[in-house]
Amino acid sequence: MAVRTLVLLAEALFCLGVYGLLTRRHAVGLLLSIELILNAAALNFVLFSRVFDQVAAQAFTLFIIALAACEAVVGLAIIIRLTRTAQTIYADEATVLKG
Amino acid sequence: MNTAAVPLAILSALVLVGALWVVTLHNLFRAALSLGLVFLGIAGLFICLGAEFLALVQLLIYVGAILVLIIFAIMLTNSWQRETLPASRQRLPAALAALALFALLARATWVLAWPAQIPGGATRLKDLGLVLVKTLVLPFEVISLIFVVVVVGAIAVAAPRKGQS
Repeated sequence: MAVRTLVLLAEALFCLGVYGLLTRRHAVGLLLSIELILNAAALNFVLFSRVFDQVAAQAFTLFIIALAACEAVVGLAIIIRLTRTAQTIYADEATVLKG
Repeated sequence: MNTAAVPLAILSALVLVGALWVVTLHNLFRAALSLGLVFLGIAGLFICLGAEFLALVQLLIYVGAILVLIIFAIMLTNSWQRETLPASRQRLPAALAALALFALLARATWVLAWPAQIPGGATRLKDLGLVLVKTLVLPFEVISLIFVVVVVGAIAVAAPRKGQS
């Protein structure tokens, strides 16, 4: 399979993540979509590290994975706080900041 | 299609189907499980691309830690979920926007001159380690700082305040 197809796969993964971000109402669903987007980026990094023979790209994939873990932890802390403060888990119903 | 392309095609199909399930399934628990499917597929693709160490890290961190964390969160917030509500909104405009974005990206990358075959060979773990502690030592240290900030921040955000249940 050519490199081109794998680039297309990463793009499709990214766009599915964007679609999920735009449509999901549940706050955890948004987190799932962000993980999809980060995985698309990681896949691209690994693919290009092989194509252009650059090991540093794989180190950046490690950073992406570490940052994804951080993002998940902070996101879940915020969601747990949100359910306590706004009494809802749906992102479009959390209108606490509205005056 | 040569023999090396078959696992790549199967893994790509797995990733695509899993990602579709992640964004479309009504039941969020099932969506999280299909996210695990996507992670497994990506780890397989990493192995096919000669990045075995990253595949293992992907399995350990993503499937082992992040997915478990997300499933915990889904179960913790289960009582707030209302099954009667639609799981998504503004589906058609979002699908159009995502498709337009995909068309734009695909058109931009399709015309580029890519190598016909993925170069073979595997990354030596020693090279990766050397890059991490030589060239990229500053981002590496910043990541450890971010870890500390994240742990403290998550506890500060999620811990109940005094006088609150």
